Amino acid sequence: MTAQFDSAATVDAGTVTSDRANGHDALYPAASNQQGTRYRAPLDTAIIDTDIHIYFPTNDVLRSYLDEPWRDYHRTYGSRGFDGSHYPRAMPNAARHDAWPGDGTPPGSNLPLLQQQLLDQWNIEIGVLNPLVGAGEQRNLAFGAAFARATNEWQLAEWLEPDPRLRASIIVPWEDGHLSAAEIDKWGSHPGFVHALLIARTKEPLGRRKYWPMYEAASRHDVPIAIHFGGAGGVPITGSGYPNHYIEDHGGMPQTFQSQVISLIFEGVFKEFPSLKFVLIEGGFAWIPPLLWRMDSAWRKLGSEVPHVTEPPSDLFRRHFWVSTQPMEEPFRPDQFRQLLGQMDMDDRMLFATDYPHWDFDAPDRAFPVPLDKERRRKFMAENARALYKL
Amino acid sequence: MSEPARIDCDIHNEIPELETLYPYLPDHWLDYCRESAFNGPDAADYPENVPTAAREGSSPKPDLAEVQSGALADVDIGILNCAYRVQSVRNEDLAASLATAVNQWQVEHWLEKEPRLRASIVVPSHSPPLAAREIDRWGDHPGFVQVILPVRAEAPYGNRRYDPIYTAAVKHDLALGIHYGGAPGHPPTPTGWPSYFIEDYANMAQVFQSQVISLVCEGAFERFPSLRVALIEGGFTWLPSMMWRIDKEWKGLRHNTPYVRRPPSEYMRTHLRFTIQPLDAPPNPLHLAQILDQCGGEDLLLYASDYPHCHESQDILLDLLTADQREKICSANARAFYRL
Repeated sequence: MTAQFDSAATVDAGTVTSDRANGHDALYPAASNQQGTRYRAPLDTAIIDTDIHIYFPTNDVLRSYLDEPWRDYHRTYGSRGFDGSHYPRAMPNAARHDAWPGDGTPPGSNLPLLQQQLLDQWNIEIGVLNPLVGAGEQRNLAFGAAFARATNEWQLAEWLEPDPRLRASIIVPWEDGHLSAAEIDKWGSHPGFVHALLIARTKEPLGRRKYWPMYEAASRHDVPIAIHFGGAGGVPITGSGYPNHYIEDHGGMPQTFQSQVISLIFEGVFKEFPSLKFVLIEGGFAWIPPLLWRMDSAWRKLGSEVPHVTEPPSDLFRRHFWVSTQPMEEPFRPDQFRQLLGQMDMDDRMLFATDYPHWDFDAPDRAFPVPLDKERRRKFMAENARALYKL
Repeated sequence: MSEPARIDCDIHNEIPELETLYPYLPDHWLDYCRESAFNGPDAADYPENVPTAAREGSSPKPDLAEVQSGALADVDIGILNCAYRVQSVRNEDLAASLATAVNQWQVEHWLEKEPRLRASIVVPSHSPPLAAREIDRWGDHPGFVQVILPVRAEAPYGNRRYDPIYTAAVKHDLALGIHYGGAPGHPPTPTGWPSYFIEDYANMAQVFQSQVISLVCEGAFERFPSLRVALIEGGFTWLPSMMWRIDKEWKGLRHNTPYVRRPPSEYMRTHLRFTIQPLDAPPNPLHLAQILDQCGGEDLLLYASDYPHCHESQDILLDLLTADQREKICSANARAFYRL
């Protein structure tokens, strides 16, 4: 299969000289690997897409789901979050160029186009909607709660009811644990809503106690908490200040996910909520093994500070966390991808995702850089999600 | 089997107290420190009494005699990394004078007394022009082999604002050492302030990852092709995952940063080295062997004890190595990197 393996390291390999001369050839596939088509997997399993993005087509549609005074508030003040930490993206709305409906509305706002480009084209059995529309990032928390409610009503009316293949996220104003708990209580037993959705860059680490009422409600309804790539919580995306470029913001998101995992584990969330489940969406996963090794090592030495952590962090992680597959890190050699899966030891926790309509979309037949055995394909493409979300 | 020569790339020599620096401060700052009851840098990035701060029989701030009997017992050369956080002193001029005092103290109390030691220049890196002046002051002293920067700074190190530091380091053929810690004022994570020290500690690896992304993606190695950077006390088992991720990002987004001309992992392999403590090793040695193979670790790792800090044994790594690899990691890599 190596002849079809298209790793990032083969790009522009013609300019590579210094390391080659230093004997690093083994780290790169042979030059001939640059040729040919990327490996395509057989589509012989059910497919559940755990990361589909939808947007309000216009502000008027959003406002039609808001009651006064918030309709007027939104017209007057708009959306006010933690500004100053966004990067110009690679392309408009970070979207595939072909995903624009053509009538001036944004990608992901048009159900027929989404059905055609995603659900029908790839025969997606079930798709999970993750609307990233900003409700949780409002500085005005009461408006954020109204915005979240409006988003949930809109998902139900305009997406779930017209297409039975779709499932929704409970949008919550996550910076207020109690308001978020109320929203989870409202939708938690509705079969169309499969998880509560947060973004990765919250204002504080998610293990902090201010978020616990939300976790209590999620535990009550057995609703997983999903943490999705992105956001802006008002602090730099690195522990060392703001970088300059979108590639650093986009490529820096795994560091954000790692910080959230560290917080959730060491601040004792799973001692308090032993049945709580987290889904990490669009964060990659190659960082997981080294993070688990570091957390375990830190806990063995420094665990006395956190007596509420009574078992190795790696055990807690493997029990409480699921991860989506897109965008996945692509090792230099195919065998290294299998080594990664072995180190993770989380075959039951991988959830396939396309990230439609975003530019880094993963097609179901070309998402994985190596062939996977049928059992793994079944689990990753659908069955793990079916079990988690009780679909 | 006889042990190969060892070069220890991370030994700590800490300032016992602010008064230690009084003999080296100009009168103005001496008076100012006394009158204001200033206690030294406001950085709590490594509390003195946490279980990792000192191994059995050592103190968290060892003196020369302790380092000689503890850290230098079985090494040929030891590299001192003083973690005095002048960068967290907001007054840049005071920070600069403190840095000069620290470096003078290192020369008098360490380098001149122990020929096996080399040291790192402490600089007020939040003020790059003043930091460059400090590098010029000591750059030709044969005892200094590196400029030390805390991994947490006001801006990531690929930012052009730091170019005066890199110009000076390159001019004096000094390495750059990016080391655990720092207190720049903003949170240590992309999501704000954690509650516990163990979180800061675990999170520090992510800050190292961010610095790697920044140095590569903001073009520092294109602007300074001879710049060489040691990542000290930040682990390395995360390196393969970082290479894979950023190479893939670059494939899709390199029009953002056209001056990054080669796959990011190439810059990492060419310009970066990593000390081996803390190791953050997997429980299964096979997985550690995979990590070494995936990143070409035998050429990238530098033996280090992180004395006096207390970590888990590095034997799981050393036991995996062939004699040739062991020689590289225990001394040859450091000899080449630090021009020893």
